[in-house]
Amino acid sequence: MTEQSLHRRRFLLGGAAVGAGALLTACTSNEAPAQNNAANVANAGANSQPGTPVTIGFSAPAADHGWMAAITKNARAQAQKFSEVTLNATEGTNDVNQQISQVETLINAKVNVLVILPFDGKALTAVGQQAMDAGIQVINLDRVFDTPLAYRTWIGGDNYRMGVNAGNHIAQQMKAKNIASPVIGEVAGIDSLPLTQERSKGFKDALARQGFQVGPRVSAQFTPESGEQQTSNLLQSASKLDALWNHDDDQGVGVIAAINNANRKDFLMVGGAGSKNAMNLIKSDAEPLKATVLYSPSMASSAISLARLLGQGKGAGDFAEHEIPAEITTYSAVVTKENVDKYMDVGFDS
Amino acid sequence: MTDQAESVRTETAVETVPPKKNGFKFTADPRLLGLTGVLVILCVVGQVTRPDQFLTDGNISTILRLAAAIGVVSVGMTFVIIAGGIDLSVGSIVALSSVWLTTLATQSYGPFVMILCGLLVGLGCGLINGILVSYGKIVPFIATLAMYVSARGLAERISGRRTQVVAEAGFLDFFRGDLLGIPVLIWMFALVFVVGWVLLNRTTFGRRTFAVGGNAEASRLAGINVKRHTALVYGVAGLCCGIAALMVVARTTAGASTNGMLYELDAIAAVVIGGTLLTGGRGSLIGTLIGVLIFTVLSNIFTLNNLDTDIQNIAKGVIIVLAALLQFRSVKKTKTST
Repeated sequence: MTEQSLHRRRFLLGGAAVGAGALLTACTSNEAPAQNNAANVANAGANSQPGTPVTIGFSAPAADHGWMAAITKNARAQAQKFSEVTLNATEGTNDVNQQISQVETLINAKVNVLVILPFDGKALTAVGQQAMDAGIQVINLDRVFDTPLAYRTWIGGDNYRMGVNAGNHIAQQMKAKNIASPVIGEVAGIDSLPLTQERSKGFKDALARQGFQVGPRVSAQFTPESGEQQTSNLLQSASKLDALWNHDDDQGVGVIAAINNANRKDFLMVGGAGSKNAMNLIKSDAEPLKATVLYSPSMASSAISLARLLGQGKGAGDFAEHEIPAEITTYSAVVTKENVDKYMDVGFDS
Repeated sequence: MTDQAESVRTETAVETVPPKKNGFKFTADPRLLGLTGVLVILCVVGQVTRPDQFLTDGNISTILRLAAAIGVVSVGMTFVIIAGGIDLSVGSIVALSSVWLTTLATQSYGPFVMILCGLLVGLGCGLINGILVSYGKIVPFIATLAMYVSARGLAERISGRRTQVVAEAGFLDFFRGDLLGIPVLIWMFALVFVVGWVLLNRTTFGRRTFAVGGNAEASRLAGINVKRHTALVYGVAGLCCGIAALMVVARTTAGASTNGMLYELDAIAAVVIGGTLLTGGRGSLIGTLIGVLIFTVLSNIFTLNNLDTDIQNIAKGVIIVLAALLQFRSVKKTKTST
């Protein structure tokens, strides 16, 4: 090979590499065309008039998936709604030690109220109690501390009832279709997690009350890919299927892909959590997904509202009590085509 | 050059001698027969427990589609391990490629650019691995560990940890479609496997891969550019990850930074039970294929019979150990017979 052709080859290769690099760099943007991505905020009640200034400290895990990202987004949006509220939000972290340090920093900063969604409820209990002992009221969000001594109010979702409501909805649909012994499948999340076990137990219990049982069951990893893999096998195992409950709408992207891959249209699918994507599919009525059971990150908006009322010494509107309750469990509503418009505002980007 | 490489091979203690260029003589490796036996036994179990489902077209198609992505990654991993390396980053590269090809910007350019992005990102990451290992003299375990964490980190950064659903119908229609009644994904898997097999067993590149893995120093003395060859082998593995990313996106209709989770372990397990030595210099793509199919069929049988995944993982572990023991015994035999 001559030196000239070697130079030419190197030049061409270099040019190709630069071109490929430029092309790839241009392909990393996720800027969507202008669209309404407003975070969910709580409705204004009787307490909506500005009161005394309140500084709220906020700490949550890293926004490593859609639901958790929506938690932080909702908290910030709700705080902005009140002119007298200052939100002191720390950066989300999945490192327990770092989250403890962040909460300690907020305690030292003497915030009026703390809203904490702990990465691990047990590990953060001590620092929650430390805040309460320092006279700072703590709102414990979703993942519960070990003892009520560590929080003033707990607000969170209800995994067991999520399963119950999914089971009840499916049972109701089966009865409406006059299916006597339906084959009901389940695509669970990570089986080793207590939340998955509670969801499955609720689902099983609700179906049992109607004389039904869970048939083919697989467990995925809360990811689209695992949802697709597990559902592909499940659909092969069940040539007859009347209903399917998928615990999580993010892994549901893969579950729906598997159903479409298999070209199955013979059963009803119900999702879980309430992502915007799932709600859009329910609304379009074109996909197998006909309903989803909420586990809504709108609880973060409510937590900020509660923190403000706590800081101002007010009670919850329309309640006879002078104080806000010690525990609030959000309800896992079933979103269907009939009511999806009402719930669009709590749908989150998965 | 090829003759020199051939002579190097005789100096290595343990290796499979690829068939001569013009000969298609197939020598049955007893371990491959054993593996095939395991696969056949699994298929019999599947058929006995679910005679209504197991051997249906739909189920076989499902098994092959599920095997496709991890199978393609395992083809690349076989090259790397035969060359004496290891690649822990394959799953993360699949995630990064899948995210990169599904960003809104990429999708706006259409399916061709999406495919190109997926392949280029995979190839680029693989070449970076190779350059770090060969020219940077970093141990493969460490170099690919760095890629393992950073590629997934970059995937999370680009996607904002969101699931990027594919709206580009052309891309999905092609990859999710059929060709002559067989899913495109299965054709892709078959094509990658055949090209991989030819490359490994019928070309100078393949013979050099065996030589470099068997004895890198002897290969260098024989005139092989070991550094460049090693870099290219990792490039092949990266390109396979890019192809696998296209498959995963087609199957799930989404790019996500969680794609490709634990692919590295599944691929290494499939390659090892397929008879490829972790020390390099010897290996078989057919063995890898059987390894991938064993794990996929095992998972399929457990789901068909609605059995617990815990037991499935135990069974998987037992198969890996048995295969490793089988390999150890065969190495011992080969050593005593030389």
